[in-house]
Amino acid sequence: MGLFDRHAGLLEAYRTVRTTGQDPFHIRMERVLSPTEAIIDGKKTLLVGTNNYFGLTFDPSCMDAAIEAIRAEGTGTTGSRIANGSYNEHMALEHEIAEFYGKKHCMVFTTGYQANLGVIPGLVGQGDFLLIDADSHASIYDACKMTQAEVIRFKHNDPSSLDARLRRISERKEGDREANRLVVLEGIYSMLGDSAPLKEFVEVCKRYGAYVLIDEAHSLGALGEHGRGLCEAAGVLDDCHFIVGTFSKTLGAIGGYCVSDDPDFDILRVTVRSYMFTASSPPSIVASVRQALRVVKARPELRKQLWDNVATLYDGLAGQGFKLGPEHGPVVGVHLPDRETAIAFWRAMLDAGIYVNVATPPATPNGVSLLRCSLCAVHTRAQLEHMVEVMAGIGRQMGLLPPAKARAASGR
Amino acid sequence: MKYCVTNCHFTKNRRFCHNIGTPDGEMRLRTAHQLTVDNDGVLDTIALGRVVSRATIVREICHHLAPYQVGEKPINGATVIAKDLTIDSLAIMDMVMELEDRFDVSIPMNVIAEIHTVDQLADTIQDLRAR
Ligand SMILES: Cc1ncc(COP(=O)(O)O)c(C=O)c1O
Repeated sequence: MGLFDRHAGLLEAYRTVRTTGQDPFHIRMERVLSPTEAIIDGKKTLLVGTNNYFGLTFDPSCMDAAIEAIRAEGTGTTGSRIANGSYNEHMALEHEIAEFYGKKHCMVFTTGYQANLGVIPGLVGQGDFLLIDADSHASIYDACKMTQAEVIRFKHNDPSSLDARLRRISERKEGDREANRLVVLEGIYSMLGDSAPLKEFVEVCKRYGAYVLIDEAHSLGALGEHGRGLCEAAGVLDDCHFIVGTFSKTLGAIGGYCVSDDPDFDILRVTVRSYMFTASSPPSIVASVRQALRVVKARPELRKQLWDNVATLYDGLAGQGFKLGPEHGPVVGVHLPDRETAIAFWRAMLDAGIYVNVATPPATPNGVSLLRCSLCAVHTRAQLEHMVEVMAGIGRQMGLLPPAKARAASGR
Repeated sequence: MKYCVTNCHFTKNRRFCHNIGTPDGEMRLRTAHQLTVDNDGVLDTIALGRVVSRATIVREICHHLAPYQVGEKPINGATVIAKDLTIDSLAIMDMVMELEDRFDVSIPMNVIAEIHTVDQLADTIQDLRAR
């Protein structure tokens, strides 16, 4: 058996995708021009699929901070913090993020993926219980493979489903010590843009003495009066024992973090392998993230712009008859009947100069195929209205939407 | 007749009615006062007696797997879930969540990974119920 035989099914699927046109999973950005535009296939293309929620990748103050840091401290750290030491910038960033949340401790990771991968198994082990939402991100699923804890899934965004599972654990006879229970949630889910009923979840967790870890990857900046995420918007920041997030979306760089009030939290620095055995963030990244966090605090209008843009796209597409995720969110998932349709639709959009993501099973919940759009505070209204028009045209052409006349006649 | 409970379980737009049989799996008559109705699959399982026949569990699993049947090959205890059917790993885990609520057990993910056949899944559920 060849080493790649196990991937035969995937290889076959990709061969078909590649031979029929542009491959949605190997797109080349020939040149990125701004947070909202890039040259793809020689053509200026509108970007509506890059998680660049505040558009900070080209923020002049963040870019300047990064450039200065390179000049001052070089391009990289060439090792992990336990081997090569922490730079002042790392410590300052951790202090600032902890302060942002009003928590005592913060640990910064090289990516958000590594934060979940490391922190979660660092918190629960043999004899403990890890309860995860069924629609959790891959980094959370991968973390489940790294722990000896019993991993139990509950139905997506369903506090009663979590309740039933915590109840069963508490009714179990065996086990002589009080097992720890850790519940993992996300602020905004990355495929359909829906947010967790966090208040209800927290109530359930309190009833059973379970710890809460929330991943605010897609909600940092977007939710809460100060942009802290769903934990702030739902008024339960103090009840979220661990908050994980990423620098790769709203903050426009790369990296991850976890904050907590637990007095022993720092022990994770010498136990978590994804922190100990990988190089730390380079000075330029840390500097731009610190500046981006200042921008998030100083410019709440970016949050309003983002949500205004969400409304324009979501309501526009809904008005055209597209089936969307359940609520407004910085991610707008457009349901399409199957994988082939999704890819064909995606290609038609790219031809029309608009880039979004295609999401197909198994990366999506319930086997759905989606066009995944993510909004940016600096998209213009005109750009998004144009996008709605383009998508409506393609939808009609592909027979996914009723013809324009019929819709007009029905009073839409 | 001790274990005869009739259970209704509504999910989104499907409605399952379950006759829980005696330990030998034989179906008995439904009686209206034994109906428990709930819309999230939590309450109804509380009404389930502790002893549920293995045949009932197998029947329930096969019912969930029916949409993934390949050709005319029947689904039974020996069916290898991930191999003999068109179900993917995520759908298996979703089915397990439904079964968990139906039989009021939790099957850890690492245990699910070790289960291959319908029989093994039924045994696991029965063992967990006995705890
Ligand atoms: C919910 C969630 N958690 C974690 C991550 C990983 O973040 P990063 O890009 O920093 O590795 C992502 C990003 O895809 C995500 O969507």
